[in-house]
Amino acid sequence: MKTICLYFEIHQPIHLKRYRFFDIGTDHYYYDDYENERVINELFEKSYKPALQTMLDMIAENGKAFKVAFSISGVSLELIEQYAPEMLDLLGRLAATGCVEFLAEPYSHGLSSLGNTENFVAETKRQAKKIKQLFGQTPKVFRNSSLIYNDEIGATVADMGFKGVIAEGAKHILGWKSPHYIYSCAQDSRLLLLLRDYKLSDDISLRFNDASWSEYPLMADKYLGWIAALPEGENVVGIMMELAAIGKYQPLSSHILDFFRALPKLAKGMGIQFATPSEVLAKNKPVSPLEVTYPVSWNDEERDTSSMLGNGMQREAFNKLYDENIVGRILAPRARRTQPAWDRLQATDNFRFMTTKNNGIGGNSRGIYDSEYDAFTNYMNILGDFLKRVKDMFPDNVENDELNSLYTQIANMGEELSIKDNEISRLRARLKKLGSEEEEASPKPSPKDTDSKAPAKKAPAKKAEPKAKPAPKKAAPAKKAAAPAKETEPKAKPAAKKAKAAPKPKAK
Amino acid sequence: MFGWEFPPKIYGGLAVASYGITKGLSLQGDIETTFCMPKPTGQEENFLKIVNMSQVPVVWRDVWYDNIKDRFVGHTAEDYYRFRDHLYADFNYLQGLDDMGCIGFAGGYPGNLHEEINNFSIIAGVLARSEQFDLIHAHDWLTYPAGVHAKMVSGKPLCIHVHATDFDRSRGKVNPTVYSIEKNGMDHADCIMCVSELTRQTVINQYHQDPRKCVAMHNAVYPLSEDIRSIVPNKKKGEKVVTYLGRITMQKGPEYFLEAAKRVLERSHNIRFCFAGSGDMMNAMIELAASYGIADRCHFPGFQRGKQVYECYKNSDVFVMPSVSEPFGIAPLEAMQCGCPSIISKQSGCGEILRNVIKVDYWDIDAMADAIYSICQYDALHDYLAEEGMKEVDQITWEKVGLRIRECYNQLTSRGWFDNGDYLNAVKNI
Repeated sequence: MKTICLYFEIHQPIHLKRYRFFDIGTDHYYYDDYENERVINELFEKSYKPALQTMLDMIAENGKAFKVAFSISGVSLELIEQYAPEMLDLLGRLAATGCVEFLAEPYSHGLSSLGNTENFVAETKRQAKKIKQLFGQTPKVFRNSSLIYNDEIGATVADMGFKGVIAEGAKHILGWKSPHYIYSCAQDSRLLLLLRDYKLSDDISLRFNDASWSEYPLMADKYLGWIAALPEGENVVGIMMELAAIGKYQPLSSHILDFFRALPKLAKGMGIQFATPSEVLAKNKPVSPLEVTYPVSWNDEERDTSSMLGNGMQREAFNKLYDENIVGRILAPRARRTQPAWDRLQATDNFRFMTTKNNGIGGNSRGIYDSEYDAFTNYMNILGDFLKRVKDMFPDNVENDELNSLYTQIANMGEELSIKDNEISRLRARLKKLGSEEEEASPKPSPKDTDSKAPAKKAPAKKAEPKAKPAPKKAAPAKKAAAPAKETEPKAKPAAKKAKAAPKPKAK
Repeated sequence: MFGWEFPPKIYGGLAVASYGITKGLSLQGDIETTFCMPKPTGQEENFLKIVNMSQVPVVWRDVWYDNIKDRFVGHTAEDYYRFRDHLYADFNYLQGLDDMGCIGFAGGYPGNLHEEINNFSIIAGVLARSEQFDLIHAHDWLTYPAGVHAKMVSGKPLCIHVHATDFDRSRGKVNPTVYSIEKNGMDHADCIMCVSELTRQTVINQYHQDPRKCVAMHNAVYPLSEDIRSIVPNKKKGEKVVTYLGRITMQKGPEYFLEAAKRVLERSHNIRFCFAGSGDMMNAMIELAASYGIADRCHFPGFQRGKQVYECYKNSDVFVMPSVSEPFGIAPLEAMQCGCPSIISKQSGCGEILRNVIKVDYWDIDAMADAIYSICQYDALHDYLAEEGMKEVDQITWEKVGLRIRECYNQLTSRGWFDNGDYLNAVKNI
């Protein structure tokens, strides 16, 4: 039975504001709030709202026969939460129908899968957590930003425990093979690949309203006829696009919503079903591993990363952004304040604005920028300020490894302190006992054990009062241990002292 | 062809453009160009025929061949006698006639420019009667009256080349005499070639010309010669040089460059700014730089000629042309040939054909400063612009311009009138 796997990406970048180089170091707010609010509101009214509403209606009309999947980047969720909270409600209602699956993707919609694995894993987990929090689903299938995929990314994703991944069914990776089967990752056979059929997807997202296209006007029965006519055995059809295709790229006046609305009923008549990615992957077995050495994506005709990392400027920005030293510092537990900026700066859109390719397809939108050079300049100015902030958090001469060992030290400090606490109380108890033994002068050796246990247990409770007495005796260790033990916040002080002290002996 | 300047004597961009156009046309092999100019030096290249307007008679004088045959620069004594057979009026009343009956020209742009323009067109009448030609091409407003006169006499189509208009030179406050000469020339022209779409729009809107006979004919550059390519830049490490090269005058917007320099220097100290060129605003600029306290970082080396220009480009990290109104502006193309990234104002005509440059509004000094700073700061941007810019500018050649001009000529000579729409269809693939 032919199965359509319908999937929509919901992503809207957070636009950066005009940021001149003389703002570096003085201005740490990087976003164009007006533009962001305008764009998301316009998109919501024109595209997301009618589209999601229609999907809800379709599910209501067709029972469980209509299935659909979404992925929403974390940064877009932030944007939606702030400016279009109504949309969360719609998505929540969709999630409640049980016919909708949410996929995981990197929180930032960025290129971390190519830049830094540690960061990639961290932000994917963050995204999955956010989805769980908002929609009560734990994503089982992964899709990367712009469907970037290669074997190594596949292996990483498999290690994270995902069952499947969505990738572009690009001609240059498939060769003679068909995108209508399930494949497995060449480096880790646990991971299944669900491929996007770019011809059928682009028919809707790019050509639906194109009067010069030979198949115009596209009707639901014609479209499903193509799918029904696929050869025996080619059962999985991945139709995937941005949700903004409905309403933004293809205006509502083209009746694109009616087209979608007509799909489930007609499909039923032709013996075609809908399924979510998880269902498809559970029902179908992989036919073979698929080797993808170089990253593919769903961008442009080349379907590679050239629109994001094609020229020297993009690579420069990318290398600066994913500099190992920087990522290490940002991932450090104490760098949480830089997290929002870090997410937003990673978004692929920042890189796409810098493209020098003449791609023709929707590539004319450069956000707030005039040209690729303008985009690069502005981005690098902001990145310059951001990196400066990150570097200022920690002294420059501390290496990453050192930093990590310091962090583990801090993390372990709690344990160490509690061990020391125990020891102190034990020793105090013994001291007391010794004192009492001296006073009593002649106790019997046999009840010694029971005697000593009793004061030992009481000791922690009493500790607060007799503090002054034992302290002078054991001055050095007690003070060190007591100060940080009291509160958790001033931990920073000893840590800083140690951080300063640590490099010295090493240097010698 | 009527022109005012031709290399090796260069006063401004006009000479370079005249050379490129004639050279581009000559490469096609079947076009014979006679270039009429006020005062040639005799060292012009010989792919075209030069007529020295200072030695064309307007009054009959009985001179002996043996006496004068060695005196000619440009054309020959034989030409002189042929011209003398086609005198058309009595110009004995003119001042400054020499013993051969010719009117002398000072060359360049002297104080009595309007008188010279008038004399130039008187002589054009003689030439139009004595020479055989199919088409008249007049460069810049100085030669429009001559072109119009030649057209009146011969009835051949007239093509005028607008290298600049008075609206560009004066920021809108036009000189009525110049305007009337320009307007008259355009009214009589069968085809108006403008060096950019920007200029074309000025011609259409300010001179009220029919858009169909106006065509945007962008300039080009010549490949660098070997000795220029072999110039080894002598750059100091850790220091960047930003260059402005051109006349220091209102039209070129030097004050915006200085303002941008001030902003950049507030943040970084390893950048030097070079104002190459001279002009009426030079002293004002020096004073302004001093009053901003950045005079130690701003350099005014004065007018650069010949090879110095290219040395200047090669030693620069950024070239800036902040022109308020620039009909074309060939300098950024030359800078790009030398691998120097360019920042140009959006009000420059060359921006229409360049992609690998940074374009900013001339008044947007923040954007200009930002662009300067980022090219100096980020090697990736510098290298990308330098590399891609060089590739791009290598594709802009006078040969192609020659072919486009040829298309105009073909239309004019075969049917007598010109249409921009037909032209655009015909040159799609050039």
